[in-house]
Amino acid sequence: MSDVSGNVIETEGLTRVFTGRPERGSRLRRTRHVAVDHLDLTVVAGESVGYIGANGAGKSTTIKMLVGILVPTSGSVRTVGLHPLKERRALARRVGVVFGQRSQLWWDLPVRESFSILAAIHGLSAADERARTAELVEMLEMGAYLGTPVRQLSLGQRMRAEVAAALLHRPELLVLDEPTIGLDVLSKQRLREFLVAQRREHGTTLLLTTHDMGDVERLCERVLVVDHGRLAFDGMLAGLARTVGARRELVLDLATPGPDLTDVPGTEHVRSESDGLRQRLAFDPQRTTAARVLAAVAERAEVVDLSIVEPDIEDVVREIYRATR
Amino acid sequence: MADRLRAYRAVLASRARSQASYRTSFRLDLVGAVLVGVIELAEIWVLYSATDEIGGLTLAQVLLVFGVADLAFSLADLVAGHCDKLPVYVRAGTLDVFFLRPQPILAQLVTSDLSLRRIGRCLVGATALAVGLALNDVAWGLGAVGLLMLAVLSGFVIFTAQFVTAAGLQFFLVNGAEMTNAFVYGGRYAATQPATVWPRALLVVFGTIFPVAFAAYLPVSTLLGTRGVAGLPAWLGWCAPVAALWAVVVAAACWRWGLRHYRGAGG
Repeated sequence: MSDVSGNVIETEGLTRVFTGRPERGSRLRRTRHVAVDHLDLTVVAGESVGYIGANGAGKSTTIKMLVGILVPTSGSVRTVGLHPLKERRALARRVGVVFGQRSQLWWDLPVRESFSILAAIHGLSAADERARTAELVEMLEMGAYLGTPVRQLSLGQRMRAEVAAALLHRPELLVLDEPTIGLDVLSKQRLREFLVAQRREHGTTLLLTTHDMGDVERLCERVLVVDHGRLAFDGMLAGLARTVGARRELVLDLATPGPDLTDVPGTEHVRSESDGLRQRLAFDPQRTTAARVLAAVAERAEVVDLSIVEPDIEDVVREIYRATR
Repeated sequence: MADRLRAYRAVLASRARSQASYRTSFRLDLVGAVLVGVIELAEIWVLYSATDEIGGLTLAQVLLVFGVADLAFSLADLVAGHCDKLPVYVRAGTLDVFFLRPQPILAQLVTSDLSLRRIGRCLVGATALAVGLALNDVAWGLGAVGLLMLAVLSGFVIFTAQFVTAAGLQFFLVNGAEMTNAFVYGGRYAATQPATVWPRALLVVFGTIFPVAFAAYLPVSTLLGTRGVAGLPAWLGWCAPVAALWAVVVAAACWRWGLRHYRGAGG
């Protein structure tokens, strides 16, 4: 288990500076880029934390320091109570990581074989391997493609296999770096449901970076927003929504042009297009649901088609940055 | 121990199986590897069609040097040859994945692949070695057998260490594969030649820094009792394990240095 303090992640003044070489022949001094700047972070066992920020804000650098790939320039870091550099191998047995952009599977092997190699790598007993694989295959619905070589999988299938691969050795902490990037709606939904269940059943601590506000809303209780390597926001998801108003937008196509729908409860009319044929209503998912809004609209006009626009995480982050600067 | 090796066994077995599943391609690769070896042998034969002796060695004697060096190199290539794919692993992010597994990074890199087609090269080397032994007048005894085994084993260690050294340097030299290959493959080529024909500079590089002269030429000179490089004692061939140890020390230092650089610890 984790150390006595119960903290799965603990950093103090964690800093990472990258120095770049100047162009050859240039008189310029070496460039300095502070990717992570005095980050103090504590994640308690069982928490589910979203780590968000703009591109280049320092998310991946932080994760790499947490799991022992990168050395901090200064400051300290403990992951599941271990020193990621000195105790990398012990740490690897207790942490699972999914990098959305790089694979841990063997592309030319069937999924099943990748799992069995990973079981050997983590020293799982034959019985344990069977039980755990069966559990993950069932929960992630991978049965149909267990015998398919990884290179022939769709992105959604591959991501599920990646997540299973990271969880095979029952890690206490699961770190996900952009797990839903490029996935279709259904695949995202399945993956999120699985992660929620995994957490409920095994108490796995989750830390995920994402560009998808849906991931944060459905998976995370706590949100960390990082800006230029510094923590710009640390609090509960509800608090984040209050701070920036993470609203969804319901786009409605009506059968006939009509007046602006300004009186739908719990919503705000954003704008109308084509003489009111298409109307956009914003609502706060904490206060009402899309279904309720739709029902209220249906009383007033005939809805032909609809779509929901998720708040853009970049906007949320920008709002946070604006609020904290 | 067996449990610890299980991880490596599992990866290697899967690599072997995946190659075996493409039989035609595997056979062609194997034939190709044999052909390359045969061509290199032919090259030596052509040289000797113009002269009877190069660097104090006859064709039969050079065949023995070639056999020992080529067998040792091919075995090292089989085990560690894919270390030169490190830049690809770095770019694809595979290396980061190695950090997430509870085995040493270098051990994972070495066991990440196994190019069975390189067995073809081992066969060429072994054949040259067998023919060389048959053609030469070797004073057979415990010492001769011991020296020969020591030479192949040390050569294998030296060449494996060269691959690791090159990999360690790859962390610094972006697109530096050409440079390190010059030493690794140049070293292999040099090892199949009599060291007496090397210019001084090469003698220093391949005799001391990357000690491939100890992989074949020096032990074979000791074995056959030929006069070696002027000024060097005849028993030098017995020092192959010392050279191998040195190569391992250099490789370990380069690898650690490179890995520190990759993790951004300076170095």
